[in-house]
Amino acid sequence: MEGLRFLVVEDSPTMRQLISFSLKRFKGCKIVEAVDGVDALKKLQQEEVDMILTDINMPVMDGLKLVSLVRQNVKTRDLPIVIITTEGAQEDRDRGLALGANAYISKPIQSSHLLKVITDLFDKGPK
Amino acid sequence: MADDHSDIFRKSQEFLQMLSKQKDFIQDLLKENERLRFEVANLRQKGSGGETDSLLRQELELLKKRLEQIENEKREIAAAYQRVEDENKDFAQRYIEIEEQNNNLANLYVASYQLHSTLDFQEVVHIVLEIIINLIGAEVFCIMLLDEKTNELGVIAQEGHEGSPTFTNIRIGEGILGNVAKTGEPYYINQAGTGYQVDFLHPIAAIPLKIKENVIGVISIYKLLVQKDAFTAVDYELFSLLAAHAATAIFSSKLYSQSERRLTTIQGFLDLLTAPTGKS
Repeated sequence: MEGLRFLVVEDSPTMRQLISFSLKRFKGCKIVEAVDGVDALKKLQQEEVDMILTDINMPVMDGLKLVSLVRQNVKTRDLPIVIITTEGAQEDRDRGLALGANAYISKPIQSSHLLKVITDLFDKGPK
Repeated sequence: MADDHSDIFRKSQEFLQMLSKQKDFIQDLLKENERLRFEVANLRQKGSGGETDSLLRQELELLKKRLEQIENEKREIAAAYQRVEDENKDFAQRYIEIEEQNNNLANLYVASYQLHSTLDFQEVVHIVLEIIINLIGAEVFCIMLLDEKTNELGVIAQEGHEGSPTFTNIRIGEGILGNVAKTGEPYYINQAGTGYQVDFLHPIAAIPLKIKENVIGVISIYKLLVQKDAFTAVDYELFSLLAAHAATAIFSSKLYSQSERRLTTIQGFLDLLTAPTGKS
């Protein structure tokens, strides 16, 4: 898998950097960063991406609202979405997946786990 | 005359009898000959069968030896396979360990990069909070700094405590937190299965913020995120490395903000001294 384009939506610069650092294991990948849901929607209009990785708790627009809006948009509705969050309870997980996320990862993240989830999603193909 | 005829007849009779006996004898001889030929043929056949047996026996011996060799080879291959399998397991285990180390290094790299990316004290404290939540996986915790004048630990930031909690200052050497500040040794208990309740004075982990041997503060953790059952061996390593980076970042930003304040004060004095008096 080469030349993948990721949109990382996370308000914490530390987590944004950590996720981007892990994603760089995919050769030739391009990473677009957004600080919240609104910023992410703006970036989606400007850039073509292959996958969205988003936090839930963010200012302005949270990750769940973002997932729901991405799924309603014809242009972006088939994009694979991975939620990465501190909310680890089963009900949070179910809520995220019910809204249309393809995978749910609880923090603290393990690089190897994140990469496996992403690879599996690309292997499976569009939802 | 009659005597001569009878004599000839008798002699011919005798001759015929003799011929008949000879015939019988020859027939017996022929039978015997045939029997002997048969015996000879049998014996010859038996003689040649023995050679076959001996050849078969030799062949069998060779096959037994070959089978033994193959069995030995099979045992050697099985042993080699087992060795390779063990090595494979060992490599897989090492791969997992290296992945963990890699993950740790990535965490540490990002954490130190962020911690040293600013000299603003409040920003540094916020980054420390983020790191504790996102990289360590803590839900309820405090960051305390040591006041050198009073020798007391005071909370400068907290996360996850319900309501608006008030935290008392802790004298160095007092209780778990005071003792961590005094000795510079981290403190851990395992949250899982102890029925632990959040209590400011009794954390599940307390990590000294140290610059070399000088403790400048303590990070106390009271509760981990729901998906994290307990600390892992990797967490302890990460903790001590992060604590050292966090300590230097907090200390430098504090010094920087103090020097900034002093600079502003001095600048104010200088401006006052160099300002025109208004007299012409």
